[in-house]
Amino acid sequence: MKHKVATTVNGHKHEHEVEPRLLLVHYLRDVVGLTGTHIGCDTSQCGACTILVDGKAIKSCTMFAVQAEGRSLTTIEGMAKDGELHPLQQAFWDEHGLQCGYCTPGFIMAAAYLLEQNPNPTEDEIRRGLEGNLCRCTGYVNIVKSVQSAAKTMGGVKSQPAGQPAARRG
Amino acid sequence: MAVTTMIGAKIHRREDPRLVSGEGRYIDDFTRPGTVYLSVVRSPHAHALIKSVDITAASKAPGVVAIYTHKDFAKVISGTMPAAPAFVAEKKQIPPRFPIAEKEVVYQGEPVAVVLTEAKYQSMDAANLIEVEYEPLPAVMDLEQALEAKSPKAHSGAPDNLGWDLTYIPEDANVMKEADVVVKQRILQQRLAPTPMEPRGVLAEYSRPDQSMTIWMSSQNPHFIRLFLAGALGIPETRIRVISPDVGGGFGSKISPYSEDYLVPAAAKLSGRPVKWIETRTESIQTTTHGRGQYFDVEAGAKKDGTLVALKVTQYLDIGAYVGTFGAFQACACLLSTGAYNWKHVSARTVGILTNRVPTDPYRGAGRPEATHLCERMIDLLADALHMDPAEIRRKNFITEFPHTSHFGLVYDSGAYEKAMDMAMEIAGYEKLRREQAEGRKKGRYLGIGVSAWIEICGFGPSAATAPATGGVALVESAQVRVFPTGSVTVYVGTHSHGQGHDTTFPQIVADTLGVPYDMIELRHGDTAEGPAFGYGTYGSRSLAVGGMAVHKASMKVVNKAKKLAAHLFEAAEEDVVFDQGHFYVKGSPDKRKALGEIAFASFGAGLPEGMEHGLEAVAYYDPSNFVWPFGTHIAVVEVDAETGAVDLQRYIAVDDCGNIINPMIVDGQIHGGIAQGISQALYEEVVYDDETGQLKTGTMIDYLVPTMNEFPNFELGRTITPSPTNELGVKGIGEAGTIASSIAVINAVCDALAPFGIKHVDMPASPDRLWKQIKQAREHSNGGKEARK
Repeated sequence: MKHKVATTVNGHKHEHEVEPRLLLVHYLRDVVGLTGTHIGCDTSQCGACTILVDGKAIKSCTMFAVQAEGRSLTTIEGMAKDGELHPLQQAFWDEHGLQCGYCTPGFIMAAAYLLEQNPNPTEDEIRRGLEGNLCRCTGYVNIVKSVQSAAKTMGGVKSQPAGQPAARRG
Repeated sequence: MAVTTMIGAKIHRREDPRLVSGEGRYIDDFTRPGTVYLSVVRSPHAHALIKSVDITAASKAPGVVAIYTHKDFAKVISGTMPAAPAFVAEKKQIPPRFPIAEKEVVYQGEPVAVVLTEAKYQSMDAANLIEVEYEPLPAVMDLEQALEAKSPKAHSGAPDNLGWDLTYIPEDANVMKEADVVVKQRILQQRLAPTPMEPRGVLAEYSRPDQSMTIWMSSQNPHFIRLFLAGALGIPETRIRVISPDVGGGFGSKISPYSEDYLVPAAAKLSGRPVKWIETRTESIQTTTHGRGQYFDVEAGAKKDGTLVALKVTQYLDIGAYVGTFGAFQACACLLSTGAYNWKHVSARTVGILTNRVPTDPYRGAGRPEATHLCERMIDLLADALHMDPAEIRRKNFITEFPHTSHFGLVYDSGAYEKAMDMAMEIAGYEKLRREQAEGRKKGRYLGIGVSAWIEICGFGPSAATAPATGGVALVESAQVRVFPTGSVTVYVGTHSHGQGHDTTFPQIVADTLGVPYDMIELRHGDTAEGPAFGYGTYGSRSLAVGGMAVHKASMKVVNKAKKLAAHLFEAAEEDVVFDQGHFYVKGSPDKRKALGEIAFASFGAGLPEGMEHGLEAVAYYDPSNFVWPFGTHIAVVEVDAETGAVDLQRYIAVDDCGNIINPMIVDGQIHGGIAQGISQALYEEVVYDDETGQLKTGTMIDYLVPTMNEFPNFELGRTITPSPTNELGVKGIGEAGTIASSIAVINAVCDALAPFGIKHVDMPASPDRLWKQIKQAREHSNGGKEARK
């Protein structure tokens, strides 16, 4: 039994008939054909599938496609505008915030939401804000730098108070 | 060589724009018309006999195209999966391994059947309907018990569970007697799941008319996979094309061939349809090879003044149910166990034990993190016994003369160990930290400072050493440089980049060697249909020191030919022609010069010198004369909460020396990532099985703790540069250094923090529950349960 689902993805309208159990991430990848959103676990730990649903970061493996009915979705493919990289994309490039690149789209989407909520995050706030995303390559050092750099480009950033190392316990 | 302009420069990665745009192309992003989806039915038991496989219900499930079991695959796959000798040439037992089980399953997750369906979800539905009747057998899980005569066998009918038992250097008890102090320790190396963020996957398409196979897969070395599959599937290498596109991390786990690497192409051949299989995360933790899985019994002796005397190492290695293709590589832990120090004597033995777990195989560092861990742990135990500062005992025993031939006959090419340690101590503010530690202890704060003076063997490797270790194919490296008539250049390499940034760094080398603008140089890798006949892949921190040199060598061949042609065009003798930064001229006339591009154009025209072939391109294979030997010192600063056992990693300092540097940004990135993986082993990660049943208890990322960015501090890096004399570029490897150094820096720091409790040793992962128990025991032991010794 298939269900109709109508979404707007990166500004484009889509209408498909899908199985009710189809995960949103598979809808994006296999039905809409946008493979920039990745799958790294099956249990919502890794965040590689993070996208924006009506502007809010969600892990698209935790939602069914049918739940996205009528929603506006933004994926990594929707971040660059007129051939110009989004400041976060540019910052990840500039700061060597990626190696294999598999987790990167999810990080950029999660960071986009973080900066939307908090345009001037401290290092602490970045680390806590992005703890839902896993990276195996970078040790996160340059991901933090990338987000700080993007925040600066996008409007400013609070620096960590001098002499206070970032708290790291969740 | 031209004056260096690109080598050493911080060039931003050219692979990044597509990766940050969602336009990376990983294995699951590929499909072919008519693709069917494959799911694997796996054994839920660690050890069992297969009584029957009933596919009746599954056959009727929606979308089912085919169901295959051992009997089907036996028709199209011949032979057994390879197990290379690596550092243990003689093995007692290599259980034959076929990609799918026939009568007996020997680890949880071993394939029993596969299902092909029209749609993705259907394959999982149908797989659930296949009924396999098992007769469970006892699972061999404990390494010590496995060696007892009465132990059940990991493979029924086997004589014992011994995979290998090799003594590299026998013990000389007389030397140990010269020591004033002898310390003994058993050191655990828990099993780790490599956990690249992208799981494995294979897509295969067979053309019946052409009898050719195209395979897309997530691999660190597509050429080796082609070699293995050619033999198993009976298809010549010319008709198998393996494409490894963007790969989402490997860390050693995408080197060896896996069951699915055979089953998916075989299923494509059997069904006549393109077949795709993508590993789930649970499958990844369950069936992708694990790293480490060892324990060491170690004795170390020193004189009163701290002079090291003797080291005795016995490695017990959990092979798993089958000997991993490169699983015996990890025995190199023995060969590196003496670390950065002079010892009068060392003895070493490795024992490989078969169990009912998934096989172990290389994982970032592979044997070298274990070596560093055991050596640096023993040095700290000796320092403690001698009441010496950990830095002082290291300083006293560092190897200072190079080349240095180790007890095992390995030749350390260059080093300046004390210099790196000095810099690390300076960045750390070592003396100040010691004062803070002393102050803190008075207030019940347990600060620990851990030192790890690491060395590494990498750049695998010289043919004389590596051909025997792989079963015949020496781990040299190939490159092809093609210059087009307009002077642009494409370079093909046999290495594979999956995060290491070769698309950027290799063209940097070519730009300087040919003197061609960087932007005119393209790098290609990962497709066996392109470039030289064979490539050797990326692992063991070899890409630059071996592959980079192949690129350099092929570039020099191009320069040498171009020089001959330039001499002809200048009507000058070749020896009078100068090549400088991409231009040729006759000595004394630098203003009349020709660019390499002009020579390239001429090479496709008329009027070449007699006997010269057209074109300007070259293939080179580079066989290094030695391994390369990076080194450095890492320092970790932790505070342990004595009430909860929680470790707060406050600072992490790393000074690394990998010789000359092509791109400092990429080197630092490799160090960062490596450090994080070693810290993860020290504090968080462990693959846990049920001791009795062999059931995996950490089968998801909920249970297997890959740390988030909340668990790490920023890493403070420093660098010394001691060029390698082994190769013309003066380079060493850096891909694994961080991991090799960091687990023991953290563990030494934790042990240092807990010294006031009389705790001498802590095993990994140093999780809160483990530490809490050790602290509690220590408190009960000392002063009848009163306050800890200060």
